[in-house]
Amino acid sequence: MADAVDVKLSADVGGTFTDIVLEQEGRRWTTKVLTTPAAPEEGVLRGISEMLKVARVRLEDVDFFAHGTTLATNAIIERRGAKTALLATSGFRDILEIASESRYDQYELALVKPVHLVNRPQRFTVTERMDARGNVLVALDESALQEIAAELIAQGIESLAIAFMHSYMNSAHERRAAELLRRMVPGLYVSISSEVCPEIREYERTSTTVVSAYIQPLIDGYLARMTARLDEMGFTGTLCLMSSGGGLTSVETARAFPVRLVESGPAGGAVFAAQIAARLGEPRVIAFDMGGTTAKASLIEDFEPKVSRFFEVDRAARFLKGSGLPLRIPCIEMVEIGAGGGSLARIDSLDRVAVGPESASSVPGPVCYDSGGTVPTVTDADLTLGLIDPNAFAGGTIRLRPDLSAQALAEQIGAPLSLSPEMAAYAVYEMVCENMASAIRVHAVERGTTTGSHTLIAFGGAAPLHVARVAEKIGVSRVIIPTNAGVGSAVGFLSAPISYEVVKTQHMTLDTMDFATASTLLTSAAAEIMAWVKPAAHGQAITERRIAFMRYVGQGHEIAVDLPLRDLTAADIAGLREHYEVTYQKLFNRSIPQSNIEILAWSVRCSTIVPKPDEVGQTPASGQKPPSESVRIFDGKSERWIEVRRYKREGLQPGARFEGPAIVVERETTTFITDSFDGRIDTVGSIVLDRKEPKP
Amino acid sequence: MSDGGKAGFIDRQIMWNRLLAVVEEQAQVLQSTAFSTVVRESGDLAAGVFDARGRMLAQAVTGTPGHINSMALAVGHVIDHHPLHTMKPGDVFIHNDPWMGTGHTNDISLTTPCFVGENLIGFLACNCHVMDIGGVLDLSKSTDVFMEGLYLPIVRIFEEGKVNETLMAVIRANTREPVETVGDVYSMVNCNDVGCERLREMMTEFGLSDIDDLAEYIIETSRRGVLKKIAALPKGTWHSSLTLDGHDEPLVLKAALTISDDGIHVDYTGSAPMTKRSFNVPLCYTLAYTSYALGIAIVRDIPNNHGSLAPRTVSAPKGCIVNATKPAAVITRSFVGLFLPDLVFNCLRQALPDMIPAESTCGLWEVRAMGPWETPPEKTNTYHVRLMTTGGMGALPYRDGMSATGFPSGVRGGPVEIFESMSTLVFWRKELRVDSGGPGEFRGGLGQDMEISNILPEEFLFFAGLDRIVFPPRGIYGGHDGTAGRLALASGANLPSKGMHTIPAGERLIIQSSGGGGAGDPKSRRRDQVAQDLKNGLIHARTAKEIYGYDPEHAE
Repeated sequence: MADAVDVKLSADVGGTFTDIVLEQEGRRWTTKVLTTPAAPEEGVLRGISEMLKVARVRLEDVDFFAHGTTLATNAIIERRGAKTALLATSGFRDILEIASESRYDQYELALVKPVHLVNRPQRFTVTERMDARGNVLVALDESALQEIAAELIAQGIESLAIAFMHSYMNSAHERRAAELLRRMVPGLYVSISSEVCPEIREYERTSTTVVSAYIQPLIDGYLARMTARLDEMGFTGTLCLMSSGGGLTSVETARAFPVRLVESGPAGGAVFAAQIAARLGEPRVIAFDMGGTTAKASLIEDFEPKVSRFFEVDRAARFLKGSGLPLRIPCIEMVEIGAGGGSLARIDSLDRVAVGPESASSVPGPVCYDSGGTVPTVTDADLTLGLIDPNAFAGGTIRLRPDLSAQALAEQIGAPLSLSPEMAAYAVYEMVCENMASAIRVHAVERGTTTGSHTLIAFGGAAPLHVARVAEKIGVSRVIIPTNAGVGSAVGFLSAPISYEVVKTQHMTLDTMDFATASTLLTSAAAEIMAWVKPAAHGQAITERRIAFMRYVGQGHEIAVDLPLRDLTAADIAGLREHYEVTYQKLFNRSIPQSNIEILAWSVRCSTIVPKPDEVGQTPASGQKPPSESVRIFDGKSERWIEVRRYKREGLQPGARFEGPAIVVERETTTFITDSFDGRIDTVGSIVLDRKEPKP
Repeated sequence: MSDGGKAGFIDRQIMWNRLLAVVEEQAQVLQSTAFSTVVRESGDLAAGVFDARGRMLAQAVTGTPGHINSMALAVGHVIDHHPLHTMKPGDVFIHNDPWMGTGHTNDISLTTPCFVGENLIGFLACNCHVMDIGGVLDLSKSTDVFMEGLYLPIVRIFEEGKVNETLMAVIRANTREPVETVGDVYSMVNCNDVGCERLREMMTEFGLSDIDDLAEYIIETSRRGVLKKIAALPKGTWHSSLTLDGHDEPLVLKAALTISDDGIHVDYTGSAPMTKRSFNVPLCYTLAYTSYALGIAIVRDIPNNHGSLAPRTVSAPKGCIVNATKPAAVITRSFVGLFLPDLVFNCLRQALPDMIPAESTCGLWEVRAMGPWETPPEKTNTYHVRLMTTGGMGALPYRDGMSATGFPSGVRGGPVEIFESMSTLVFWRKELRVDSGGPGEFRGGLGQDMEISNILPEEFLFFAGLDRIVFPPRGIYGGHDGTAGRLALASGANLPSKGMHTIPAGERLIIQSSGGGGAGDPKSRRRDQVAQDLKNGLIHARTAKEIYGYDPEHAE
């Protein structure tokens, strides 16, 4: 067995900041440094060096380094990837362009469709064809590949995606074409769809493979430089990369399938929330992350984030479904809304207050930053309501101008609606909370659950200001604002398992199941994945999980059912059916007795075991009243200014209690407790808000 | 503000947003639990919340225009047949009457009165396209609505919370897919329940005992908002016509569009009479696609509700193809209904020349086929598959049209791999159709080139419901027409655009959807855009030279 890991490091490279966290025997250091976009490894390594100095730890002593980065996501959004080509089956040159044939916005004549990554001159086809059962209908025309190779070279193509029809059933042609083209085009990166995404649906599989190919040279180069630099600096531990599925992967896996790194930051946030949930013994949780531009919410049941197999990257401005590039990879399921501190407020054509999704971003920022912003934002509303201390924002580094906020709100929202600046601010506050609440409610119902039975865990700069109001709207009666909420993702990386998951399409009905085929598929997938996971696990115990995605024949909603870790036999059928029907019943309040069940896809996941953190006990309420001062905030409901208590978070010890309405300030953020909640500080320092008992 | 002061004013805006979220939730429940693949994959559904008078307040944006705009009137019909005082908590009404719902028997509507205590405060309604409701398989053979499967008048499927088992048994007995169809009915009941629960939660949160004032606010604000937009338009009447392929003979549609201070009215007098075929259109569906066309061109960001729809009206003589009367066959009413936006646009373009696109493919290019699973064929062992595909959209007067896009239907195309896994058919090609976009300063969108054959040495059936094969989408302002669609055998014979065709073993079926019309003179197209089209292989060199007047030797 391996030594217990003593010193762990993590880094989350974001667009603006790189968050770094170091853990050693229960102690934790955190820092934020500026991201260095041109060579992100520079910022990371500098930040690490500084932190190690403070903590008096040598890099040689760091056993484990978990790394997450927005490099992949940003390269896609900013279209900064490699010169990429696609090789498809003859007759299917335009899969990326034909896409879903739909219009994500029914009321826009001049709709802008997602801009795909490979243009027509770089989309090649070759004669070959598999049928839906994986039989060869037409052999691969190997001689035609020579001409294609010449063209790839002539066009200076760096990376190639190969996606043939039904390759998830039979990958022979893809593999052969890759082998030949690698030989004919030296230095060419090649991604094949049967490895990147062995699932049915040609558009999603092709899109996923193309995205992976598009970012591969960039990620490969970055990771090569990073590992080389770490080596030079004496690092001998394990480097792992955070993936969109909430697990850590080896450097080799990340270099082979870089698409798995997309959206790893938010995934880290969900893992962070899951750890908090486990520590506090909260089995049903909604993780709520609200930053400057967007808010994200994900469901966490039994201390595990809900995982999905599909998402879209680079959605158009309004976060509309169908407006992005589809990726079919394991990912933490979350809803993203254009609602953040920087979201712009305006009056729509019906004289209604509308907030977002457009954002002032960090430049020019909200009006109160006094750096050129003219349109009032959510932050301006928060400031006008008295929720933010203008002198203590971001630890006092930015002095805010409440007068500018009030003026912008008065002119642009208040005047047209005959509202005072404060009431205009209240309208903006209410609307942004309503938008987030609605999105969370719809997300929950999509997953067959309701919000009311959950606890909210809030992190990200803007979440604590709005979470209590959102909780009221979605019927949640407990809210937790953990410590280190500002660097939540990076903290989350440290507790993520090392894992890899592959989903394969193989259609079967439960009644006519082909046990041999299913068992072979599962066993070979497990062996394949183990080869990826084992080196990174460094002897840590690895657990395997096999899942069948089942549904009633013809119905849309798939349910993941666990499978035994052995060959399947006829004796398993009854159990699988029962498991499916019980879960279905729970989700939709009924089962459908005469209906047959089908399996569409199979998943195998191997991961290291992350011990569930011990639940912490409750600290008894301390009798002492924590120190506070009186401040005035504007209460929109009663349309007047009211006095509330304001606490400093560092002054609140475990056991402290306080009544809402109240405000708690800390360096990175401010928590607003509405009058329907009371606050307390738990054993580990989280702020916990509990809904007040209804008055008799 | 008279009621509730400023906070009440803000609350009403919040509650309006809440209602829009409630109906999205409702639609989401339906979409994730429905068996119907067209509901799931193509969003062929509608969900909405109504006030106690049956006026629609909010509607999910998920869905196709045919459902969205026609369901608005469904609850009014329910109230006409079942007076409010006879409704009890736990009642749920069902119907699929084409003239009181969304235009054909495949669409089942469910209406649930929502109660707070004993008080009926509003309604939740939804409908979805079930996969099978009985009737003839070859839809082109239907000659009256009684050949189109089970016909449900407005009746209670649940009575005070208790399911009407007799009616369920009748439904089950009248469809080829009983489990799925009954399953869909339950999904719809469930989605209305979710909506009703959310509505009651909202009323509790805001301390309301009814939603009448809120309804008035939403409807009035929306109506005024639409009228304000209309006020900015030129006033007058404009005429247009459109010729469709039809089945046995071409079909002429005519429209007169009038913009006045009171709203926009479209009159379809002069359009062809009803046909003996199955693409007659009940007026509710005519209204749906008319108000959709006006919605996307003019109303845009104002949500659909009683108030925003009210200023959009239609009329058509009884017995005309777009005001078909019972018992006309209507099962394929979309064959005509989907083209109404082009007809409306042809009027509107005269009033708003800079905004309205050239003609589009409009109709769906559905690939619907049946065949045996094995050879020699076993009669009972057959598959029945469908794949939605589309053609090109017309160019806007300032931008190229979109290729392979479901306009106005908004439906999604399906994956070929799923289609093939559910049949023995193989697509040998599904690609953009080169040179099909109507040339112009702004080019029409491209259609698609498809080729299908059976990998078994057996024939298969193809059910065609296509158009724009004889009369292509027309260009505007000197832009050329899009290339007409084509249905043919690879061996040469052209097939009619409608009806059931037997495709012989070993033969390839060629399906080519039409391209959209172009806008403006092709000779004035920017040269770099012609060069780009040429480089992308979207046009042939000959087209570039002869139609666009492009000379690569002397390109700037």
